[in-house]
Amino acid sequence: MSSPLVSSLGVAVCWLAIGLLGLAPAGNAFFARRLAFPLGALAGLALAAFGLQGLWMPAEQMTLPLGLPDLPFHLRLDGLSGFFLMLLGTVSAGVTVYATGYFREESAERLTLIALQYHVFLASMALVMLADDAYLFMVAWETMALSSYFLVTTDHKLPAIRSAGFLYLLIAHLGAIAILLCFGVMHGGQGDYTFSALRSADLTPFWATAAFLLAFFGFGAKAGMIPLHAWLPEAHPAAPSPVSALMSGIMLKTAIYGMVRVIYDLIGGVRWEWGILVLAIGAATTLFGVLYALMQHDLKRLLAYHSVENIGIILLGLGMSMVFVGFGQVAAGALGLIAALYHTLNHAVFKALLFLGAGSILHSCGLRDLNDMGGLIRKMPNTAFYFLIGALAISALPPLNGFVSEWLTFQTALQAPVLEHGVVRSLLPLFAATLALAGALTAMCFVKVYGIAFLGQVREPRHPAHAPARNGGHDCGGAERMGMAWLAAGCFVLGLFPASFLLMLNRICVALLGRGLPEGALESSWLWLVPTSSEQASYSPLIFLAVIVAVTWLAFVLVRRFYHGRVRYSHPWDCGYPGQTPRMQDTADAFGQPIRHVFGPLYLMKRHLPGPEDPAPRFSLEIEDRHWYLLYLPVARLTEFVSSRIGLLQRGRISIYLLYSFLTLIALLVFVR
Amino acid sequence: MFVVLVAPLLMGWVNQCRAWLQNRSAPSILLPYYTLAKLFHKDAVIARDASPLFRLTPYVLFGCMWLAAGIVPVLATDLPFAPAADIIALVGVFALARVFAALAAMDIGTPFGGLGARREMLIGFLAEPAMLMTMFTAAFISGSTQLTTIVETLAHREFAIYPSLAFAAVAFLMVLLAENARIPIDNPTTHLELTMIHEAMILEYSARHLALIEWAVAIKLFAYITIGIALFLPWGIAEAGNWEALPVAFASLALKLAFAGAGLALLETVLAKLRLFLAPEFLSSAFLLAVLGMLIHFLARG
Repeated sequence: MSSPLVSSLGVAVCWLAIGLLGLAPAGNAFFARRLAFPLGALAGLALAAFGLQGLWMPAEQMTLPLGLPDLPFHLRLDGLSGFFLMLLGTVSAGVTVYATGYFREESAERLTLIALQYHVFLASMALVMLADDAYLFMVAWETMALSSYFLVTTDHKLPAIRSAGFLYLLIAHLGAIAILLCFGVMHGGQGDYTFSALRSADLTPFWATAAFLLAFFGFGAKAGMIPLHAWLPEAHPAAPSPVSALMSGIMLKTAIYGMVRVIYDLIGGVRWEWGILVLAIGAATTLFGVLYALMQHDLKRLLAYHSVENIGIILLGLGMSMVFVGFGQVAAGALGLIAALYHTLNHAVFKALLFLGAGSILHSCGLRDLNDMGGLIRKMPNTAFYFLIGALAISALPPLNGFVSEWLTFQTALQAPVLEHGVVRSLLPLFAATLALAGALTAMCFVKVYGIAFLGQVREPRHPAHAPARNGGHDCGGAERMGMAWLAAGCFVLGLFPASFLLMLNRICVALLGRGLPEGALESSWLWLVPTSSEQASYSPLIFLAVIVAVTWLAFVLVRRFYHGRVRYSHPWDCGYPGQTPRMQDTADAFGQPIRHVFGPLYLMKRHLPGPEDPAPRFSLEIEDRHWYLLYLPVARLTEFVSSRIGLLQRGRISIYLLYSFLTLIALLVFVR
Repeated sequence: MFVVLVAPLLMGWVNQCRAWLQNRSAPSILLPYYTLAKLFHKDAVIARDASPLFRLTPYVLFGCMWLAAGIVPVLATDLPFAPAADIIALVGVFALARVFAALAAMDIGTPFGGLGARREMLIGFLAEPAMLMTMFTAAFISGSTQLTTIVETLAHREFAIYPSLAFAAVAFLMVLLAENARIPIDNPTTHLELTMIHEAMILEYSARHLALIEWAVAIKLFAYITIGIALFLPWGIAEAGNWEALPVAFASLALKLAFAGAGLALLETVLAKLRLFLAPEFLSSAFLLAVLGMLIHFLARG
């Protein structure tokens, strides 16, 4: 076990083997049902350990004699890949344990297929992070896209899910084309596609910018940045919940990995103008994501929009880092990169947790619409507990992990005075303001989700999901609980011991940027998080938590001791109006109403108000995404128009096709020679 | 600890001033203490459907406010908890308390609880960034987000008017009014459920739970006012390790607090409550003012 690279490769092969073994003709689904997922989770844990080991060791390389002749696969494990492998391993371990329970009731042949696609998906993500040449990278990237496509369309009998899958596949391929072109631009006609060749290639500023733009939009399509986010809110609700957790938690992060790898490592020479573009798109993505999330009442769609938002936050950190690096302020740039990478890890953990929680609700009540839920904390206390941790973490509340990375991002923005360029210097705090706004809106959104789904009373008691015969609302089983507990513990560990992760990420920065954080930051001990120097800023989540817990406990004990703990139970206070029913509670739409009021012009609303004479009055409201009408539909129409013109070429007669060949030959002879 | 005990006194002082301004005979300045004692002695009444979250929340609120009070330099700048959390974490503590309060309000499932939670979060999502931006202005001036460092830097400069701080001060005042459920955003003495924001959230609480919440609210007001004093009027605060300066610091603090309380009462008397949908306008202007203050800082320097 000396080489983490070989071991990580071994894990990927293990995953492939697990997936294939499920298909073994033994005919019984025992393996797929009982062993496949737990083994996969174990492999994930091992991968996390190897990734961690790779982070602390010098980079190592190897060449596999696979692939096309004369075009072997190159592999490399350095700090950046090690970090992302750790992310993949940790999160997938939790999700896979959960999947053991979640897929229990599937039929045998479906289960074997799911197990195969699921593990191929995991293995391809590991290979994306290990790849050291453009060829293997693209092969793994496409395998990842295809296997996740099949996972999204698990329930392919429903037309809505088929179309969601198609949209996903389409945008994934648009992105892949851009990435392919980016590699083409970078290699500049040498014919060598290994990353080390790309790294040493000398690009003119024009071609470097072209490569940056292609990489940014190519990976951005996968990450779900605006305006290429349209597939996220469609694909995530369509996929089974563990798959949504994997896609949102890890697959989006492979895009971030790609961005960092290509922009910082392969292209190099980061320019600050690039950073401004990333910042602008990041800010738009953040605000747009959270504002649309607030309008959703489908839980998984809402979470998908929050993934869009969090990608925006990561892009904000990345953009700030690029601006600083572009101006030669490497220390501040390193802080920004650390903030972005830390948020990547945090988002993977808490978003996977939230998707698993949503999956538990879906599994036990068959509900995805928040308006039909309510009072689930009494039926599913375990799920409610874990979901609360996830919700607090994503709302960037101290002392959980979401806060730490937003704190680091703010600290990066506060480094703005070191810049010389006046306009840029005053722009950075504005982006910090966007982040502050988005953070507060996220808190509002998760109060809405948690309050409406888990608290209060059942909103629609007549909904079939709540019928006693259906046994609606049993709590999640042991395996599910274990998966969620693992991720919830991750939220705590990442939130309470950020300093050790800071030092870890600092190594990546040193490798990528040549320099890391300033000396003062290295004082960070396990207790104190100090990004620059202890005069400037410090934060100790452990003390923070300890004070709150101690005071809470002390208040509790003292009140009991000096007064009493008597409690009387009674009906809720009805404000003198006795006819209250659970249907009068706030719905998800009602909770978003003030936001709809404030940000009205941003939304495309279709509202139907009942008239006074309606026999069956019904209020309906639909919020649609403007991008759909402004960007996607025109592009679709244009594509249809162009292809209908091209279709004119197709006549179905051999003589005409021969004529085309003849004309092409003539043209080639004239122009190429 | 000192702050926690004194906080209700400030509340009583504000109420007294307001009563004087409104030509009413004023209640005793100690009234908040009597109310707290009374509430602690009563039996708690809890709705049948309440979850553990509901019973935990008052304690969490109290704990959060305690921590906030421990971070803000009131008398001296050497504080035990100060390095544990900076201004961003301070805003985070308030956000944590707000989220818990809103969740507890939705726990019982009465329409008013949900209504209060929704409105509180609406106020919060605008007030929080505005607060953060005010803090950033001060942080840019002093080059640190550590509240104690900021106060030391600001207390040591020569008496000059920073235009950026003036903007920040106005914005901070607006945030203070909104965050502490004061007129013109919310009316702390209202009896109409439909116009309530903060009060609607805690409708279901009684006895010791209510007492803890009221106490936490008093500490929050105290903390906000002392943050304002620390940022914009820091003179007279005792430096780290300087014990002789403490009595002076104490006297100046008492004087400043008395003025601040009277000013708050005056504001509450002369202003009318805003319609709910004017509140976002009020707060977004606070947010823009704070951002403007920050930009002015850069312009003035660059």
